[in-house]
Amino acid sequence: MAEAKISFRNVAKVFGAGANAFTAIQNLTFDIDDGEIVTVVGPSGCGKSTAMNMVAGLMSQSSGEVLVDGKPVSRPGPDRGVIFQQYALFPWMTVRENVEFGLKLQKLGKVERRQRAMHYLGLVGLADFADSYPKTLSGGMKQRCAIARAYAVNPTVLLMDEPFGALDALTRVKLQNQLLETWSKDKRTVMFITHDVDEAVYIAHRVIVLAANPGRLQEIINVDLPFPRDDEVRLSPEFAEIRNRVWRAVYHRDTEAA
Amino acid sequence: MSVVSDIAVSEPGNRRWAPGNLFWAALSFAGGIGLWWLATVAGFSELPTPWSVLTRLIELGIDGQLWLDMYASLRRVLIGFALGSILAVPVGFLMGWYNIARALIDPWIQFFRVIPPLAIIPLAIVTMGIDETPKIFVIFLAAFLSAVVSTYQGVISVDKTYINAARVLGASDGTIFARVIIPASTPFILVGFRIGLGSAWATVVAAELIAAQSGLGFRMQQAQLYYDLPTIFVSLVAIGILGLIMDRVVVRVEERLTHWQERV
Repeated sequence: MAEAKISFRNVAKVFGAGANAFTAIQNLTFDIDDGEIVTVVGPSGCGKSTAMNMVAGLMSQSSGEVLVDGKPVSRPGPDRGVIFQQYALFPWMTVRENVEFGLKLQKLGKVERRQRAMHYLGLVGLADFADSYPKTLSGGMKQRCAIARAYAVNPTVLLMDEPFGALDALTRVKLQNQLLETWSKDKRTVMFITHDVDEAVYIAHRVIVLAANPGRLQEIINVDLPFPRDDEVRLSPEFAEIRNRVWRAVYHRDTEAA
Repeated sequence: MSVVSDIAVSEPGNRRWAPGNLFWAALSFAGGIGLWWLATVAGFSELPTPWSVLTRLIELGIDGQLWLDMYASLRRVLIGFALGSILAVPVGFLMGWYNIARALIDPWIQFFRVIPPLAIIPLAIVTMGIDETPKIFVIFLAAFLSAVVSTYQGVISVDKTYINAARVLGASDGTIFARVIIPASTPFILVGFRIGLGSAWATVVAAELIAAQSGLGFRMQQAQLYYDLPTIFVSLVAIGILGLIMDRVVVRVEERLTHWQERV
């Protein structure tokens, strides 16, 4: 417990007050270990994005504690990189300027900034597009740029909010593999929100299933599949079995029978 | 990490003025002038012929009167517009960023917005005299009111995701303002400038009709007294051409500053 990277302790989130109060999250408790990839799935309204925003420091909880490295989260910080579904690239900056943005805030010199940005753009295969504006990129390329921007400031935690949700199936699989490949080198902690059960199982050590109205913990499912993962794993019966368990949990079936 | 090959570069956006459009615009103007000529030849109207207007244009051009009038009108517009815009941007940002500023300033802007700037002229002349000040003040007001509203709209419609993206990368409020809010609202501000310049130009001509000793509006007013239709036409054409040039300049600046925008 002590070395948990991210901890939720009896967290609740209530929006509004009085008769209009709406409970988005209730009594949420779980840990994410250092270097672990955890995916969070659940129907809409289960508070999965709200939970992630609390870790990011973009939203505060109504009660309970959200801890990163044992310390309560009070504000956003470059130790937690966030990747949004809508990419959130600054359209008035070039691809390289986007990646350099966080480095500039860390007061890095021009030369080093440029080197770091180009390094990460190379990793995501966008080096040739460093001086392009985001409007000229496809959805997949935009998201890779956003990933490079998040990685460049060297966060210890990556928070990803349905990052591949808007992409076509093929691009999504490629980016999932890319994420796993990068993780195998740096072993960063990843909290990954998705509504895609296949994706949730494929990339994760553990899948946290939330239930909706109010958002609460439904089940935590271990994914005992070997790394590195590839098509072989994705098509295996073991994968199918875990995916079915997650599916049933998401859709509120009796999971004990599985 | 492998290089993913879902590369698809979109084509550059369409130019607004393709040669085809220019051709049709020229043809349309030529047709209009042709109709005008026909109407005068056939005696349908009291209008001067295109030929007499052109003659007067050349006369006034050689004489220098036309340039002096254009200079007088342009000077008023540009000074008033510059002052109005320079003040509108910080006030608009203030209103967008601080709720209290909005609550304090917005009622005044809403009130003055519904008063046509020209209606201020009598008051301006009585309080500021008959020199350049009242005219420039009225133009300033027209430009300011247009630009302040769109600046403020620009600030409040900045996508929250951009702000969050900057915040999680460690940006302070000041950095978010300078590096996110300002560039994100630039397209709105420039639209405000364009509208402001248009209303400044409309206002100057009207102001000169009422109270001036120079300028294109004044020239028309004088010509009216002497039933000098060609001079009225020359002034109208000059007003149209100058207005068009100023508008094109703003559009060009807009394209330069907001080339990063995704245009549908």
